[in-house]
Amino acid sequence: MTSPGSILGTRVLRTEDPLFLTRGAVYTDDVVDESLTGAVWVTFVRSHVAHARIVSIDCTAASQSPGFVAAFTGADLGLPDRAPMWPTVPLGMSRPILARDTVRFVGEAVVAVVTTELYQGEDAAELVEVEYEPLPAVVDPRVAAAGGVLLFPDAGTNIACTFEPPSRDEHLFDDCEVVVTREIVNQRIAPAPMETRAAAAVWGADGRLTSWIPNQGAQGAKADFATMLDVPPELIRVVTPDVGGAFGAKFGADAEHAAVAFVARALGRPARWTENRYDNLLAMTHGRAQVQTVTIGGSRQGRVSAYRLEILQDCGAYPAIGSLLPSLTRLMAPGTYDIAKVESAARSVVTTTTPVGAYRGAGRPEATAAIERAMDLFAAEIGMDPAEVRRLNLLAPFDNPHQNGQGALYDSGDYGAALELALEAADYRALRIEQLRRRDQHDIRQLGIGLACYVEITGAGLEAGAPHENAQVEVHADGTATILTGTSPHGQGHGTAWAMLASDELGIAIDKITVMHGDTDLIPEGGGTGGSRSLQQGGAAVRQASQELVELAMDRASEILEVDRADLELDRARASIMVRGAPEAVVSLADLAGKKRLFIRSVFSAAGPTFPFGAHVAVVEVDVETGKADLLRLIAVDDAGVILNPLLADGQRHGGIAQGVAQTLYEEMVYDDDGNPLTATFADYPFPSAAEMPMFELVTMETPTSYNSLGAKGIGEAGTIGATPAVQNAVIDAVAHLGVRHVDMPTTSRRIWRAISDAAADGAIS
Amino acid sequence: MKVTINVNGEERTDEVESRLLLIHYLREVCELRAANIGCDSSSCGACTVLLDGRSVKSCTVLAAQADGHEVTTVESLATAGELHPMQAAFRAEHGLQCGFCTPGMVMASIGLLKDNPSPTEAEVRSALEGNYCRCTGYHNIVRAVLSVAQQS
Repeated sequence: MTSPGSILGTRVLRTEDPLFLTRGAVYTDDVVDESLTGAVWVTFVRSHVAHARIVSIDCTAASQSPGFVAAFTGADLGLPDRAPMWPTVPLGMSRPILARDTVRFVGEAVVAVVTTELYQGEDAAELVEVEYEPLPAVVDPRVAAAGGVLLFPDAGTNIACTFEPPSRDEHLFDDCEVVVTREIVNQRIAPAPMETRAAAAVWGADGRLTSWIPNQGAQGAKADFATMLDVPPELIRVVTPDVGGAFGAKFGADAEHAAVAFVARALGRPARWTENRYDNLLAMTHGRAQVQTVTIGGSRQGRVSAYRLEILQDCGAYPAIGSLLPSLTRLMAPGTYDIAKVESAARSVVTTTTPVGAYRGAGRPEATAAIERAMDLFAAEIGMDPAEVRRLNLLAPFDNPHQNGQGALYDSGDYGAALELALEAADYRALRIEQLRRRDQHDIRQLGIGLACYVEITGAGLEAGAPHENAQVEVHADGTATILTGTSPHGQGHGTAWAMLASDELGIAIDKITVMHGDTDLIPEGGGTGGSRSLQQGGAAVRQASQELVELAMDRASEILEVDRADLELDRARASIMVRGAPEAVVSLADLAGKKRLFIRSVFSAAGPTFPFGAHVAVVEVDVETGKADLLRLIAVDDAGVILNPLLADGQRHGGIAQGVAQTLYEEMVYDDDGNPLTATFADYPFPSAAEMPMFELVTMETPTSYNSLGAKGIGEAGTIGATPAVQNAVIDAVAHLGVRHVDMPTTSRRIWRAISDAAADGAIS
Repeated sequence: MKVTINVNGEERTDEVESRLLLIHYLREVCELRAANIGCDSSSCGACTVLLDGRSVKSCTVLAAQADGHEVTTVESLATAGELHPMQAAFRAEHGLQCGFCTPGMVMASIGLLKDNPSPTEAEVRSALEGNYCRCTGYHNIVRAVLSVAQQS
């Protein structure tokens, strides 16, 4: 990909950082714009019960509160309900912008209270009296599936959608010597980006809405606004300023965003809203939330021949992206393995809890968690080392696309090489010796070693649409350049990365290149950033546009210099077009731009999604007296094709790994049986700090893909996909000699201690 | 009520509501919007600033409590276009991604080195326990702080 002296593949520091470090980034709550002068504040009154009929809403006392401007209920809005995003989901499961007759989860917005100042909003909201007639809650998706309590009586079921194989094979495991089956909970967690949701909205004299929202894709959000507000899309402009993390949970506009825009229209004044963390943990979508049943079978020699995955997906109260996550889980069910017979099925059910959406990996971490746990259960059953079982079952290296039997076409991979690299980097043999030593000595602190091999699909996310992206590159007369991109960075560093790609083609220094995104008036089309699609599609589009811009510059230079086009070449050092062998006959790109606007808009279409892969090894210590697990080491071999900027790629890996570790060891959104959330603040939700993490050990592999000119695959989700099961397997491995075969995530002290106790009790009986 | 606070070296007097939090005073009254609000439970540290040279979570301090004191925010660190060593280290080590925790994290890191100029890795991790980051896994933040400690 790179020529000698190219900036590509090198560790370039971020151009975003100086402003972020000195003035701070400009998030939605920071936006200062003349049109927002005198904005009113919106505060949402949210349901504090999980399931109830709304009997009455009384805003009389609130209206006497200082600074009160107005209050709007669901009935006041008169907006259409939002239909489920998947056609097979019953229409009866549509979501009102503000709850009208029924509330279905704690945190559902019921009333929008408007005040002139922020603090007044909380005062007034507290005075709104909502009378509820409680209905029974249903929190466990297994119970919800039975349909005893219905969230949407008109739909007649709690099942939002089902995913079935073409036919079921009753004899899937008939040939297997060994069959192991197990229910595994992939628990509900909160994406918890550091920046909560927010909005600023104003309607112009021309009848157009401008709404600033933190988001992963302004263009998709614009379409959502149009639907929710029942307004033609051309009357909507969405701007996404700097975004303080998203992780899949800021894709598209939410009900609250539409409500804020509605308030601004109804009052004829700009309106703003920034939710607090309590509201964020209750009302932003959650992630994962699957109950999986894995069944794995094979020979006593370690060859796996059949695998079944059954998924019960908890959608929360309203079927959003969460209802579709199982389709991605099913797609990746066999993972890196060569298994003769694979079958998977899924049901998505509604419960009286916060709706579930995408969270870093969105359906793929769940697939890897299931198969990697299954592999370890199988290994334990036949008494074989987990590394050996994996060696016996991994797909052989391939360059030509491999059909995985579930609909995924893996582009390229060498899973065995990744595993061997990881084992070597970890010094696996030495770790096993140390583990044996501690077991022999009945050490209180036992060592656990966990493996996970993964392959994932990137650049094909449900969120992102078809695999293509646009970019516009323009060189200006002053020698600077501007890139417009349809991707939507929120921490990934596209400002730096896209500038590197254009710089490499044009010879313009990266600090002279401005990258713009997230304004639908400026960039009407774009797929946003999610599903690890951006570099392989958006970056490839920037490169393509830059190359085409050089071609255009050659055409124009040929006329100006009166030289045959074939005799011209780009002189990167001077960002100019010159006559080959005659460097004095030259015209700079800047000069060409001075004569006539010099820009190209280009759409890159990918051959398909790509399939990055890797292997992670986790080393944990478990105190067998208290059950406390500490992560000592995390070794990650990740192969996302050719790396553009190792600084950025490693940063993505670190962050993903930490979120994976967090899911395994700490985080869970917990509800009681009545649907009350028990982890609704950062004081209760165990968001890990630096004190809980070790330094991560990264090993890079680069197997190029042929699907784009960069050879790049996606890297954003590798960490949550690989690290999560590696750490879980390590925790269980640490106490396996005590008879423990499985501990659900999060593997808290209590759960590990209980698993040890239960295993001891079982052992005593048998 | 009236408060007189030295903000980034400049003394200013403002009429504020008695319940106004220091973070809102800085963001809305002083228009210094680098420090952010990430939680309601003084858990996350996105709002960390220095109060008389010691790091505090400005969501848990009233503007009234800062009356007569000195407040330092990340906006004041760089001088004549030159990044403060901690800012430079965060950049060099890629200690920030989305940037939301960064102003608080930088101030907390400066505070920690003031208390303990040559910390071990474990001490850095423990001292930053009250500052959350969702992007970096803390790896490069810890490296940034250690690199500044080694320089001085």
